Amino acid sequence: MPQVGTSPPRVDGLAKVTGAALYVDDIQPPGVLFGRTVRSTVPYARLDAIELDPDFDWSQVTVVTAADLTGPNVIALIVDDQPALVPVGGTIRHVDEAVALVAAPSKPLAEEARKHVRLVTSPLEPVFSIEDALEAKVLLHGEDNVFKRFEINKGDIAVGFAEAEIVIEGTYRTGAQEQMYIEPQGVIASWEGETVRLIGSIQCPYYVHKALKALYVLADEQVIVTQAVTGGGFGGKEEYPSMISAHATLLARKAGQTVKLVYERDEDVAATTKRHPSRTIHRLGFMKDGTLLAAEVDVVIDAGAYATLSEVVLSRAVLHAGGPYKIPHVKIVGRAVATNHPPHGAFRGFGAPQTTFAYERQIAKAAQAVGQDPFVFRRHNMYHLGDVTATGQVLRESVATEEVLDAVEAALAKEGPNPRAEGDSLKRGRGVAFYNHGAGFTGSGEERLKGQATLALLDDGRFCVRSSSTDIGQGAQTTFGQIAAAAAGISPDQIVVAQPSTDNVPDSGPTVASRTCMVVGHVVGQAAAQLMEQVQAYAKANDLDPSDRVAVAAHSPSELQATVTYRPPPGIVWDDQTYSGDAYPVFGWACCVVDVAVDTDTLEVTIERCVHAVDVGKAINPRIVQGQIEGGTLQALGWALWESVLYENGRVLNQRMTNSIIPTSIEAPELEAILVEVPYSHGPHGAKGVGEIPMDGPAAAVANAIEQALGIATDELPLLPETLDRLTRGGGK
Amino acid sequence: MKIELQVNGETRVVEASPIARLLDVLREEIHLTGTKEGCGEGECGACTILIDGEPVNSCLVPVAQVQGCELTTIEGLAASCGYAEAGATPLQTAIVEWGGTQCGICTPGIAVCAQALLRDEPAPSRARIREALAGNLCRCTGYQLIVDAVAAAAEGGQS
Repeated sequence: MPQVGTSPPRVDGLAKVTGAALYVDDIQPPGVLFGRTVRSTVPYARLDAIELDPDFDWSQVTVVTAADLTGPNVIALIVDDQPALVPVGGTIRHVDEAVALVAAPSKPLAEEARKHVRLVTSPLEPVFSIEDALEAKVLLHGEDNVFKRFEINKGDIAVGFAEAEIVIEGTYRTGAQEQMYIEPQGVIASWEGETVRLIGSIQCPYYVHKALKALYVLADEQVIVTQAVTGGGFGGKEEYPSMISAHATLLARKAGQTVKLVYERDEDVAATTKRHPSRTIHRLGFMKDGTLLAAEVDVVIDAGAYATLSEVVLSRAVLHAGGPYKIPHVKIVGRAVATNHPPHGAFRGFGAPQTTFAYERQIAKAAQAVGQDPFVFRRHNMYHLGDVTATGQVLRESVATEEVLDAVEAALAKEGPNPRAEGDSLKRGRGVAFYNHGAGFTGSGEERLKGQATLALLDDGRFCVRSSSTDIGQGAQTTFGQIAAAAAGISPDQIVVAQPSTDNVPDSGPTVASRTCMVVGHVVGQAAAQLMEQVQAYAKANDLDPSDRVAVAAHSPSELQATVTYRPPPGIVWDDQTYSGDAYPVFGWACCVVDVAVDTDTLEVTIERCVHAVDVGKAINPRIVQGQIEGGTLQALGWALWESVLYENGRVLNQRMTNSIIPTSIEAPELEAILVEVPYSHGPHGAKGVGEIPMDGPAAAVANAIEQALGIATDELPLLPETLDRLTRGGGK
Repeated sequence: MKIELQVNGETRVVEASPIARLLDVLREEIHLTGTKEGCGEGECGACTILIDGEPVNSCLVPVAQVQGCELTTIEGLAASCGYAEAGATPLQTAIVEWGGTQCGICTPGIAVCAQALLRDEPAPSRARIREALAGNLCRCTGYQLIVDAVAAAAEGGQS
């Protein structure tokens, strides 16, 4: 069986299906203390005092406040504006912000102690909506509440709109979305002298490493961060683990004992990051024959109370706002604004789903306006090899626009797998979404990151992959094993992938941005090939059998290793000042078609068909890739139809799984995922990223389908029955 | 108080409050951590175990209520189906082979629930499989490959 393009079972599968895999809460160190977090109940206020109830027995309880910090009070990320704990005299900027910490020998005592900490606050006037933030009557940040602004220009939109025969404009809104990984956030922290050890449910061990180094002013080797088996992330465990890790290590240091800090579900939903709510105003100019001429896009995302990763999310939002369409005149402006919501952050798609929703709604309306079939209209305007994007990037290779459209149209010619919904009052509609997603870090990101991977020869003759790319369910361990095996010319069972820990793996960059297989996998393959060359050279020089790797390992005085640093493909040029050039080394391409049946009595929507063709370059493990596409598709369908985060005065009202709905196996339709493979010259065996792309498009396809079914403008998400009720009665937001 | 439990064919005596959650007793007192907690309110199904053969959310059960009941957790599932030596039932193997587990946190609950389904209904339709698993949330897979795995195990007639 060839090592790649085949689907050996996941290497971690048996441990997971038998319950043997150890997640962080399954680790039960003797004598561990249990931590809890004291959080603000007001959205915006000065913190005047923290009072401990004098009638409570504090003798077994460790209490930490900002006063216990010895280094800078900051969670280091991009802009260092977020404190680990709000200090007395400082400002509370959102509900459920961490103010103090408690730890006790039992969970009930820790919970009881938390309730006996009282916060004295003086309220300030908060800001919650994007409109109020932009109006800037109340200033939360700088002069205008804008954390970050980007602008992209191509051609001259004044010329484009003047020439256009038809111009349409729409305002599109999307709500926050909770990642709802089934395993809540959690870590275990301990200190040995001046060295801190942390194990937890985390996507990016080196992000936590960086944050803890800054918080305690420690050297690299004094912070050891290890990933436990992680029960889902989807971006939700990208930046937030730095916060919970700061808290657990602060408690452990003060208590002098190991501390476990695992969130309850309501706390996790209330306090941790979610997908950014957005508002996009989109103008599109085109000719009566359907030729696109001009697009003007103004996207604003609600960053929440701190900058966190919002500028990077915004970057991806604007860079994807042009879609897979050839448009000569484009202006895209993006702004991330401050509000008093808990910070919004990374979630699969990372800004692209918001702008994809806006432009694919507009494209559906434009096709309708000129009376064209949605596929004909899209084919007429789509990118081909050699075309130039909004940032001036020439698409030099791997443009799979035609291939994904062909694949979907071919599938639609056959009957679908789902039974048709039953009822007397059904209306049906079909919606299309066509889109692309840039794989890897934006612009010069990979150049700056210099991600590394190491391959080492173990005593038992196997090759060990050492990288900080975590397996958070997406199958990184299995995929890396296949890539390394193919490069070394050995069987995948001769590869072992190390548990990521900052004391034994190099920094491969974070596990984000659909980069793990494409970028880190690329260096894993190169390092495996180099290590095999070393093994063979060593064997030859020492008269050993090169196939007897156990003998080679035993003979070599030190471990044979190969480390490779990622180098972006040559010719990538990006200008951060003008936001122009090669935004991504390559794009993945996709088309999703959704058929809906809407019950006109209840306004419930049933998905009768969902066909999703995604170009992945090359599927290293087709079964794993299929799982990525299907899982991402259902998250997108959930965002479109069922998932709603309700904020009231900055507080999440639906904090529990009972009222914060994600799709079950009943709502989920039979999904038709189609893998399209148009290879990328710089990815392993041609592979491009797949993690995020399936999240971007399906929501627009759902909205387009419901618009066709009901004849209403479905310009906001989620499209709950109550949303549809308001829209059918002609009510805007 | 002292409570006697029958867990995976063994008698276990634990010291616990009668209203302690069965989930906590299993995980913290008996150290059977394969049963997971995702929500603590019976929504996600990650804590599903078999109580006298029926799938139940162990986070909703006070421990005193199950004295004298046969409890089967994911750790004892294979043995309870006669696959002690293999370490996994054909259904569990199918879940791995079909890619029905990704992050894996929901997988023990799903395996337990689906095993009970196949015991009672050896050849369920896909719609019936979806119905039976509706109390087990999975955020990774979109359920497609889980349903495929259960259907494959059923068709094989090995469960």
